[in-house]
Amino acid sequence: MRRPFEVVLAVSTGLILAFLLLPILALFLRIPPEDLLSQLTSEVAVDALIVSVKTSVIAHAVVLLLGTPTAYLVATRRFRGRSLVLTLIELPLVLPPAVAGIALFAAFGRAGLLGDTLDAAGVSIPFTQTAVVFAIIFVSSPFYIRLGIAAFEGLDPALIDASRTLGAGPRRTFFRVALPLAAGGLSAASALAFARGLGEFGATIMFAGSLQGVTQTLPLAIYAQLAIDFDIALALGAFLVVVSVAVLLTVKLLPSWTRFTLISLAPSGRSD
Amino acid sequence: MDTLHIDLTRALRAFRLELALDVEGVVALAGPSGAGKSTVLRTIAGLSRPDKGRIALGDAVWFDSGAKVDLRPEERSVGLVFQDYALFPHMSVADNVAYGGGKDSSELLARFGIESLARLKPGELSGGERQRVALARALARDPGVLLLDEPLAALDTHTRARVRGELRGLLKGLGLPTLVVTHSFEDAAALTDRIGVLVDGQLVQMGSAADLVAAPTTPFVADFTGANLLTGRARATGDGLTEVMLADGSAIVSTDQLTGEVGAVIHPWEVGIARSMPLDSMQNHVRGPIESLVPVANRMRIRVGPLTAEITAESATRLGLAPGDEVVASFKASGTRLIPLA
Repeated sequence: MRRPFEVVLAVSTGLILAFLLLPILALFLRIPPEDLLSQLTSEVAVDALIVSVKTSVIAHAVVLLLGTPTAYLVATRRFRGRSLVLTLIELPLVLPPAVAGIALFAAFGRAGLLGDTLDAAGVSIPFTQTAVVFAIIFVSSPFYIRLGIAAFEGLDPALIDASRTLGAGPRRTFFRVALPLAAGGLSAASALAFARGLGEFGATIMFAGSLQGVTQTLPLAIYAQLAIDFDIALALGAFLVVVSVAVLLTVKLLPSWTRFTLISLAPSGRSD
Repeated sequence: MDTLHIDLTRALRAFRLELALDVEGVVALAGPSGAGKSTVLRTIAGLSRPDKGRIALGDAVWFDSGAKVDLRPEERSVGLVFQDYALFPHMSVADNVAYGGGKDSSELLARFGIESLARLKPGELSGGERQRVALARALARDPGVLLLDEPLAALDTHTRARVRGELRGLLKGLGLPTLVVTHSFEDAAALTDRIGVLVDGQLVQMGSAADLVAAPTTPFVADFTGANLLTGRARATGDGLTEVMLADGSAIVSTDQLTGEVGAVIHPWEVGIARSMPLDSMQNHVRGPIESLVPVANRMRIRVGPLTAEITAESATRLGLAPGDEVVASFKASGTRLIPLA
């Protein structure tokens, strides 16, 4: 019998879609759109937006700058302990956020592993914007690196070899061949990692606290406003939904148009 | 022209690659897939490291395990044409050719007749065009050695025949030590004058295509060149001939003097086909149904039992041959070469 089975498939899909979409729609339907927009200009919302953008951008720059070479190394070199490195990179992906928060404390807190060293240098990290940046890097860099490794592993190794036999050193090969060809995959990785960092909550609230205008990011502001001004919480939530949709669309559209066009990213110098 | 000296040893998964070869002019390294041919090219280019050995172009040493010399790929004067050409998909034809720098790329584009393709991306080219771009790119650096990995394998049959002819003249004209790797004896014979046959990492025979066809030293080489190979036990007959007992109990005769386990090599064009037992000088006959009839250019390749015969298409038509027809395949004792199997 084919019919009952088709009905089961359709009903399952319908139920799941309704369950997933209803809360998101509710965010937008609870209060009129113009109220949502006006709530976004409240002081709490603006402060959270500034903190989120600033910390996310700094954290993301660090992730891209250190994560891209790391992904390339792991993807293209075979060395002893490679699978261990890979596992360490993947570990934060499965770690509960609260564990990330307490772990960051244990490392960089006043009584932590590096506490005395940092103290001597006159640096205190917990409950500062630096702590927010640390928390974001901790949770989002594994995303970027893992997907970046996949992007670099997808390259035809013969292209890298061809570049070498044509007289290009490893550096020129990276900038002229590997990076442009992996650009689509890396952009997608970057967008997903950025979204993951923007939504960071657990590790941030433990390690950085939720101080308005200093460490209170958008997700923390939603939590803080839940009991104070539900409309602001709704507005911030709706805003993050819009950002998430934008990221998702970027990821879906990117590979098709960046694959062979991002060549301008690479320096054309022939210094090596 | 400098000579490329190759002397290398490398343990591969199933066997040991051992090759000592001096490359002057155009030389082919032919053999079955997995014989270690590509590894040889990668090792010369510096993309893969041998366990020990020495690789030098004239006086320039690229690798020497004894003297601990190991130049990086970009430091070796080598042009490598990859099997699937490995053109950079994000660069135009002109940028691909200019990548290696050195020579004026527009001059190279003109020489290879690809100026009109200069602005296209590799994805927009045909197989034959890609091959020319890959060659132009490999030569742009003015390399001292040219290496080609299965240069015709990525082409369709039609293009292949045309490119074969072009490539032979081109490679000869370059005046570079050139090593062509291929799994096809026909390609090797068409492109080069000297062919080395590599099997399981060992060079089993080296010579011209004609040498390999006429006097194969091993059954593999015989089979590789397209000859028929029948195996059996040889013993001298009283009249100075050799009789080979085949596994199926039948016997064939050869003028070669050999005893013991042997392979009998018979070229397809030495085998004649008749509808009934012919009354002629042929000593060897195999009777059976035609298993297949394959036209090859102006000839017909006919499979009868263990033998492949090649006769003119005209004769095949005249005899009205069809698959399943009972025929007799005949060949002369003097056209039957014996090689020892043990």
